[in-house]
Amino acid sequence: MEPILQFFYNLVPGLADLPLWIAATIVGAIVVVAMFTYIALFALIGIWLERKISGHMQDRLGPMEVGGWHGWAQTIADTVKLLLKEDIVPDKADKPLFRFAPILVFAAALSAFAAIPWSRSFIPANLNVGLLYILSISSLVVIGILMGGWASNNKWSLYGGMRAVAQIVSYEIPVSLSLIVAVLIAGTLDMQQIVLNQSGSILSWNVFRFFPFPFIAFFIYFIASLAEVNRTPFDLPEAESELVAGFQTEYSGMRWSFFMLAEYADMFVVAAIATTVFLGGWQAPFEFLTFIPAAFWFLGKALLIVFVQMWLRWTLPRLRVDQLMYTAWKVLTPFSFALIVFVSLWKIL
Amino acid sequence: MEATQVLFWFIAVVTILSAGIVAFSSKLIHSAFALLATLVGFAAFYVYLGADFLAVAQIMIYVGGILILIIFGVMMTHRIYDTSKRTAHNSLILSLLGGAAMAAILGMIIFRSPWTATVFKTLKPTTSMIGTSILTNYLLPFEVISVLLLGALVGAVYLARREEDEE
Repeated sequence: MEPILQFFYNLVPGLADLPLWIAATIVGAIVVVAMFTYIALFALIGIWLERKISGHMQDRLGPMEVGGWHGWAQTIADTVKLLLKEDIVPDKADKPLFRFAPILVFAAALSAFAAIPWSRSFIPANLNVGLLYILSISSLVVIGILMGGWASNNKWSLYGGMRAVAQIVSYEIPVSLSLIVAVLIAGTLDMQQIVLNQSGSILSWNVFRFFPFPFIAFFIYFIASLAEVNRTPFDLPEAESELVAGFQTEYSGMRWSFFMLAEYADMFVVAAIATTVFLGGWQAPFEFLTFIPAAFWFLGKALLIVFVQMWLRWTLPRLRVDQLMYTAWKVLTPFSFALIVFVSLWKIL
Repeated sequence: MEATQVLFWFIAVVTILSAGIVAFSSKLIHSAFALLATLVGFAAFYVYLGADFLAVAQIMIYVGGILILIIFGVMMTHRIYDTSKRTAHNSLILSLLGGAAMAAILGMIIFRSPWTATVFKTLKPTTSMIGTSILTNYLLPFEVISVLLLGALVGAVYLARREEDEE
């Protein structure tokens, strides 16, 4: 965590006089709170935006009443409602597991934020294996979903949990393989190094280098990441028309909203990975635009991807289970393997 | 390094407690889920030993793959919540003897191996070192393992397909 410590030392010089472990603990706590606040704000705005986008795409207005201007306070009102709601734990549920599942899912989503590079100097933990760390920590989400689905003691929940696991485990393979294509080009798993590797103009971003292989890998990653975060067209684990709400059926109030927060956090994380690995991270698209802060570019690119995720949700119908598996194993996986072979060949030549 | 030590003891306690739940819980499903904390705790120990790649791979493979398989296996078991019936064939004396022998062997290994005092060293990137040694010194074992895994994969697909045809 040296870079982030350095960042805070520059911000508050008095911090450097404290012993290292106190300074590290303070900085760590601040970063975690900041990330949590960011997730909450992102979910707040993201949910409102999602409802507005869905409204406009279906030729209606979406929320208009609460708060005056285009219903901007709708999600705030909803959050207050969720906070005041009764916390129901089903009588026949496996109570310890039922209570622990949302915590685990959200903790895993929050931990992924540790290795995301926001700018040259702001990355909470500059790990050597940053990319692999994010991928591995996201696999904890699966266990949480399975835990919630099982502990609810409800057939819809269990179906939802099972589907989620089958889907996420399958799509982890195209996700990792398509990222390997970019890792081969960068030659490192360090998130910050991957970004620095793409410095220059828009043409030195990984999407446009070694054209067209990483370009295809980017789309494979995007499709597979939609499945990773259970978004339409891959929202089978929730599938409100078949499974009520999948693994979340029995949850209410704050516990449910933590699942929701985790979902939005995961949406942002996969968008951030796509930005970092393929779209040049916090780098500006052209040299003369570098005067705009790096965090702006990072957020701008990531939020654009989030917007496309929302756009697709209201454009495409849900896949069937067999189509889901077909897409993962017979289309995305072989294509990513082929891309890896081509890019390795190109690197050697 | 006070904070690192506090963290180390915290992780150690969590790992051992969760391992205790795995071994002693009367509900099979709780054992399976408690394994999660044990495996993540082990990954944290790898980080303390400076093996960052191994730690991440541990979480990815054990939590993301093996643990899920174990949980699925438990879910398909009958009577997960009622394990009062024990397997009747285990005689107490034999199991005690086995346990004692195991403890003796482990104790001997622990006391005889020359432990070096832990020196806090900076994390060195291990990923490229692992990659290089796999593709140079250990190429043959690596290839043998990949062929073995491919065989397992083909076998699994074959078994799954045949079942589908019969139905």
